[in-house]
Amino acid sequence: MKAINEMKLSFPSRSANEGFARGAVAAFLTPLDPTASELVDVKTAVSEAVTNCIVHGYRDTIGTVFVTAALYPDGRVVIKIRDKGCGIEDIPKAMEPLYTSCQTGERAGLGFAVMQSLMDRVKVRSVPGKGTQVTLTKRITSREAASCSR
Amino acid sequence: MPVKLASTGEVTTAYLSGELDHHSAAQIRQAIDEEVTLRGTRLLVLDFGALEFMDSSGIGLVMGRYQLMKSLGGEVQVASLPAYLAKVMKLAGLEQIVKIEGGNSHEGDQ
Repeated sequence: MKAINEMKLSFPSRSANEGFARGAVAAFLTPLDPTASELVDVKTAVSEAVTNCIVHGYRDTIGTVFVTAALYPDGRVVIKIRDKGCGIEDIPKAMEPLYTSCQTGERAGLGFAVMQSLMDRVKVRSVPGKGTQVTLTKRITSREAASCSR
Repeated sequence: MPVKLASTGEVTTAYLSGELDHHSAAQIRQAIDEEVTLRGTRLLVLDFGALEFMDSSGIGLVMGRYQLMKSLGGEVQVASLPAYLAKVMKLAGLEQIVKIEGGNSHEGDQ
């Protein structure tokens, strides 16, 4: 299926850009007229994925975080968040709720669990030493459609 | 500053506002920890009423404050939790370690 609209962002892995990234993705979704709850879900999941790039992917360095988003005619939004950082050795372990490799900074170890609970689909591809890409998919029901179905 | 602190006796209330993420959490954490240590707080209330956004960094903040207050012989409560944040809070099972007030209405669905 061909996307009806697409966007690309790239920015340095500074924590100040976490808010920028989720805000930009939310603004991109505006034409779909998502419900407030859908918008919160997408913003939260994007924030988790971008924070992972900053905290884990580029742990002690500054690298570039890449975000793309595409809208499809069936109301699906596909968001890809990618870094060229350290990669993940053991993906299932990294996705376990409450597991974190970060011993400082009070990370809850819930980033992937939050993404999985808020999005329809979460796919993780990672190559140690090369980087990680997280693909988030969610079908957006427009506010109008949501009110019609009640 | 995304947190305002008010202390009366042994109770400190931290009013969080704006967006709570990995970026803002460090600053908030430091301000709260200084206040409760200085005041000898026994009950720390984290008020989420004016918070516009929170990701799992907020869960880390609550868990970290729970540990700190436990070490000081005190406790933590979460107040005015907006409905839209209840989903993330529930996922972490935070209600098992701290008292949570709010977060039950369905107004966040729309």
